Amino acid sequence: MKIGVLLSRVRVEEKWLFEALDKRGVVYDRLDDREVQFDIANPGAWRDYAVVLERSLSYGRGLYATHILNSWGIPTVNTSAVAATCGDKLATTAALQAAGVPQPNVRVAFTPESALAAIEEIGYPVVLKPVIGSWGRLVSKVNDREAAEALLEHREVLGNYQQQIYYIQEYVRKPGRDIRAFVVGNETIAAIYRTSEHWITNTARGGVGTNCPVTPELNAICLAAAKAVGGGVLAIDLFEDPERGLTVNEVNHTMEFHSSVPATGVDIPGKVVEYTLAVALPDRPGSGVAAGVPA
Amino acid sequence: MTAICPECEGNLKLDGVLAGEIVVCPDCGVDLEVTAVAPSVELSLAPQEAEDWGE
Repeated sequence: MKIGVLLSRVRVEEKWLFEALDKRGVVYDRLDDREVQFDIANPGAWRDYAVVLERSLSYGRGLYATHILNSWGIPTVNTSAVAATCGDKLATTAALQAAGVPQPNVRVAFTPESALAAIEEIGYPVVLKPVIGSWGRLVSKVNDREAAEALLEHREVLGNYQQQIYYIQEYVRKPGRDIRAFVVGNETIAAIYRTSEHWITNTARGGVGTNCPVTPELNAICLAAAKAVGGGVLAIDLFEDPERGLTVNEVNHTMEFHSSVPATGVDIPGKVVEYTLAVALPDRPGSGVAAGVPA
Repeated sequence: MTAICPECEGNLKLDGVLAGEIVVCPDCGVDLEVTAVAPSVELSLAPQEAEDWGE
């Protein structure tokens, strides 16, 4: 069996994943997403991979690469469908809503005027988010009408059409922290509190990670959220709402975990590799290569 | 191993790095990508963060 690891950069996470693969004697190729190409009609050497672990920094490259691979019957972690849902905050919200998973109130509008009306119906402050994006980039807390008008004007002139899809979330008065929980398959394997004096608590923005016990309540909502978006290897971000309890903010499909392994002591890369191997295609008898069709 | 920063020509001491890893030049602070490790370490300016980058 050979697996592919599609990546953009070798971060701490990728180093740990390589170590976990080496430890298990797994043969793998590192696939730089700047160099790969796909002949849609001819999978060629891609058929050698029993599974591809997608670790691209680029949402677009990861999404389309897994789309092609899945169309050829090559499993990926995560699947293209999961990436499409998790990589778009609106798609995530719709999936969570359809599954009845608790989440903050969200409104969506397509013009600055309707967005302003939606903001004022929710009431200040609100959080305005791009539907595509990560690491808290361009996520804005809108405290009053003047700020709303300025932000909406700026968004209107940004080049990407997705900036004119106005995703408006109620501001949750969380207790100086949120929760990031890691789901692998059917298990919530670990969780951390991300604490920050800033209202944005991403560790990429300076939030500090400490261990968070995985309670039955946390496990239940995380598994429900994971199932809602299609399952796999996922990082669930949750708020502790003072009135409603746990709510799911976002679900990430190519998660970072460099601060969570030391905080929790859980072998997250090992769990990711075990899951990846579990969804791999079985070896074709006598050939030593993947069969190229779903198991 | 040592390598030269393509931005400021500063010297970097690099041990145990992998191709694709990002290192920071101690002299000028620029992000550098390790593009090769054998026979010698080669560095280039790291790609800038794109709008769809994330997790």
